[in-house]
Amino acid sequence: MTEQQLPTALAEIRDDFLALDVRERLQLLLEFSNALPDLPERYRDHPDLLERVEECQSPVFIFVEVDAARIVHVFVTAPKEAPTTRGFASILAEGLKDLTVEQVLAVPADYPLTIGLTEAVSPLRIRGMMALLGRIQRQVTEKSAA
Amino acid sequence: MTVERDPSPAFAAFAHPERLVSTEWLAEHLGEPGLVVVESDEDVLLYETGHIEGAVKIDWHTDLNDPVTRDYVDGAGFARLVGSKGISRDSTVVIYGDKNNWWAAYALWVFTLFGHEDVRLLDGGRAKWEAEGRPYTTEVPSPAAVDYPVVERDDSTERAYKEDVLAAIGNVPLVDVRSPEEYVGDRTTAPAYPEESALRAGHIPTARNVPWARAVAEDGSFKGRDELDAIYRDEIGLKEGEDVIAYCRIGERSSHTWFVLTHLLGFPNVKNYDGSWTEWGSAVRVPIVKGAEPGSL
Repeated sequence: MTEQQLPTALAEIRDDFLALDVRERLQLLLEFSNALPDLPERYRDHPDLLERVEECQSPVFIFVEVDAARIVHVFVTAPKEAPTTRGFASILAEGLKDLTVEQVLAVPADYPLTIGLTEAVSPLRIRGMMALLGRIQRQVTEKSAA
Repeated sequence: MTVERDPSPAFAAFAHPERLVSTEWLAEHLGEPGLVVVESDEDVLLYETGHIEGAVKIDWHTDLNDPVTRDYVDGAGFARLVGSKGISRDSTVVIYGDKNNWWAAYALWVFTLFGHEDVRLLDGGRAKWEAEGRPYTTEVPSPAAVDYPVVERDDSTERAYKEDVLAAIGNVPLVDVRSPEEYVGDRTTAPAYPEESALRAGHIPTARNVPWARAVAEDGSFKGRDELDAIYRDEIGLKEGEDVIAYCRIGERSSHTWFVLTHLLGFPNVKNYDGSWTEWGSAVRVPIVKGAEPGSL
């Protein structure tokens, strides 16, 4: 039922994780973590523009842009000492890339629970990823209404 | 003990200096027979990004907790886990981790519940090792599995349950090691941490608030004996030989304080209430005090 709404990139990421055993899933998460893009220059020197995700166990900041064509751009930063959080952020940044406002808002809130990471990182830790998704969707709502 | 202890004069004043090793000591003893180095972190991927050469990983959430019951693994589970990491009953285990060794201290406490004799902390943990420019590797060791005996966990000496804490109010000093905001009841979790479902905020009546980090120096190592005595004996009045119960939110920060009181200051009977605020703050009809005063029953 939520299946048909899940954007292709998110579905592919989920399938990639589910194809691996638990130990390998951590390695894939680490690859995502290492691939998290740096912030664009306009945000690098303006931490005040970024919103802190309080629910995450380490300092992680997000910023969402909605452009004129109603395409969403997600920017996230987290320190290298927090590779798990970086991995979560990287999955969402890649999975939500170039989606429309409507597509982002249609992503089910429980997507993080469906990608096979709960067992690998623990239920408590996966909550940080759900919070991250929730914050992104809230910013999209706010910014697309303006 | 299998591997010689760290003779560092910095530890000499502690009650049990054999429970600490310095970064210098560890660097010199890496690879020594009988020594197993364990990394235990808050971040489940940190070990994979780089760790001390030869160190094995034990994760608090996914390895030491029972996946169903809110409890630790049992004797068979612990034997399976540590045996697979190449740890024998007589191994010298040195544990280190991120966040000032919170989770390392937690793991050490769980090793203690199973009566593992020689288990030590790396003073300063990852932060100090890194600050000194010491190397990491991403190479994961594959130690040969060894037979670790099945030893039933002894929860009677180092671990307190809710009922023990209820009986302790007014009789045994309680130390609340959470942040002042959590203690007074402004919030139920550490600043910047996720909500973990405690329904009420505040502290256990009579508990004194000593945030765990007060035991830590700027470089992440433990403060010296005199400074620690000034906090725990002079300031909150713990007396020689007295029983103590420490708690926090889920038991990890209070493991850190349990280590300080037990191994550095030599209190003989310190218990960690691992149910901590996530249990107490949601339990029915237990007394709670709000505000900065310890309060009474």
